[in-house]
Amino acid sequence: MKIVVCIKQVPESTEVQVDPKTNALIREGVKSIVNPVDENAIEAALQLREAHGGKVTAISMGPPQAEEALRQALAMGADEAILLVDNAFRGSDTLATSYTLAAAVRKIGEVDLILCGKQAIDGDTGQVGPGLAERLGMPQVTFAIELEAEDGKLRARRVLDDFFEVLEVKLPAVVTVVKQVNDPRHPGMKNVLKAKRAEVAKWGLDELGAEAKQAGFDGSPTQVIRVWPPEKRSEGKRIEGSAEEVVEELAKVLGEVG
Amino acid sequence: MDFTFNEDQTAVLEAVKGFCDEELAPKAQETDEAGAWPAENVRKLAELDLMGIPVPEEYGGLGMDFLTWSAVGEELSRACTTTGAVFGAHLLAVAPIMMFGTEEQRQQLLRPLATGEKIGAFALTEPGAGSDAAAVATKAVLDGDSYVLNGTKIFISNGGEAEIYVIITSTDPTRGARGMTAFVVEKGTPGFEFGKDEKKMGFASLPNRELIFTDCRVPKENVLGRRNAGFLVAMRTLGVGRIGMATGAVGLARAALEAAVPYSHQRHQFGKPISSFQAIQFMVADMATEVDCARLLTWRAAWMKDQNMPFEKEAAMAKLYASEVAMRATTKAVQIFGGYGYTREFPVERYMREAKLFEIVEGTSEVQRGLIANQVLRELNH
Repeated sequence: MKIVVCIKQVPESTEVQVDPKTNALIREGVKSIVNPVDENAIEAALQLREAHGGKVTAISMGPPQAEEALRQALAMGADEAILLVDNAFRGSDTLATSYTLAAAVRKIGEVDLILCGKQAIDGDTGQVGPGLAERLGMPQVTFAIELEAEDGKLRARRVLDDFFEVLEVKLPAVVTVVKQVNDPRHPGMKNVLKAKRAEVAKWGLDELGAEAKQAGFDGSPTQVIRVWPPEKRSEGKRIEGSAEEVVEELAKVLGEVG
Repeated sequence: MDFTFNEDQTAVLEAVKGFCDEELAPKAQETDEAGAWPAENVRKLAELDLMGIPVPEEYGGLGMDFLTWSAVGEELSRACTTTGAVFGAHLLAVAPIMMFGTEEQRQQLLRPLATGEKIGAFALTEPGAGSDAAAVATKAVLDGDSYVLNGTKIFISNGGEAEIYVIITSTDPTRGARGMTAFVVEKGTPGFEFGKDEKKMGFASLPNRELIFTDCRVPKENVLGRRNAGFLVAMRTLGVGRIGMATGAVGLARAALEAAVPYSHQRHQFGKPISSFQAIQFMVADMATEVDCARLLTWRAAWMKDQNMPFEKEAAMAKLYASEVAMRATTKAVQIFGGYGYTREFPVERYMREAKLFEIVEGTSEVQRGLIANQVLRELNH
């Protein structure tokens, strides 16, 4: 199986500050990590490779420092890594991101499966995976919690709000996974050191043969008008005690609230 | 002396921290309470290539230095003292085979130790030989092409679980320290059995076992170093082992500090977090300063070893100071936790019990002071 995993480098904290002028996240001084659920996507890819053989390619679109995220994928066991880096990609929204990633997948060529995390902890849109499937004209399965491949098909269990859904799709397909799909492995130190020395390929607009007007700012119709942290909710009241006591206290509190 | 970590060291430490925080620390209490060999943690250390950090790559190790070993060991001990102790005891077999092993011994023994396929242990202590290391009574008598071992070792860390043991014996009792020989003996060798596993004040999941040799026949090729040069093997191993013990003590002291500080912010008395009281602040300041000092002493000793400089005195200083810091820091942590600190609800009472081990094991504080004094009195005798 030839598997491509799309990963994103994100700030470690979920409490990042937003620059009120530019509406962009302030990344200075915040450690960067691989988007946590993307590690699950990498793990899922590695497990499929271990079961069926093949090759895992990790790709990421981002600034030069996103190379670190790809090295993490290599340390975990990905066979190769490609960074999609170009000034022309700056300011990409999810439409432009999926455009660029799709161009990279086409350039990679023969691919059986594309795996993504269900969403990133910074933007939280969850649109890139589905967008990528649309761009590539492939079937998509989102929120996968179980994956099983056989005979050019993939069977996936999706986790939805109130129920599971089992889908079977023909490969190639795009699948986004949830956190519960697996426990990402901790890389061994030999792999960590090997990954530090490994080559990370860098592809820009020209290498992808992509159109500038579909990438970056120009390819991004989304305009962020304003970003602000949610108002902090006041602390809830916790009622403890035996069932009777709790019920009595709750009735009293509700009565007071009216 | 430069303790700035290079890119490789930084990458390794970062990966180790992630493993420690996510896998070891959350289960540390459970690991201790189980009172059983932490097999899963040990297997993971092997999977993560952590069992042979200072072993050259050609023998299956990472080929990194002792400073890196120490920085990693501190993280492991900080997250799970038991796992850190297994890691430290394993080094006591790795180090002498690295230093004294023949090419064949390195290929056969160092490789499985470095990959973690096999666990190691080192056995010097006997009922009658502790601080007086030259009083070893386990005898090894040459008989044809092999030696016959008879005697008993006690308190052996990783005992029973380890596969490869470095054993210090007496081959010529008339010559005392100059009549000792080191052997490598593998688990399963006929005549080599395990006895009592000590019930201890702390480290319930770390085996400290009796090794019993009854007419145990070991081929001549298993001599480590030269015949009658076993005291040197023991002393060199203990030198490295002191860096190992200092490392574990620093990790433990840090765990105490890292438990006490958040608690001092949460715990309110007199309408304020207790961290706002100077009495608590001063304890925190002393703990933090001493942990740093202990780490710097430990890293200096490791660095000197890496530079092939004599490091015995510095290792003794690091071991002495770090173990006493661990005792003080864990005692303060219990004090900061107050009544809760005395309960088993929080880890600090365990830390305090564990700390005491470091002041005793691998040369008591008194033995370290003796060693340091000897050297200082000689060096400064103009």
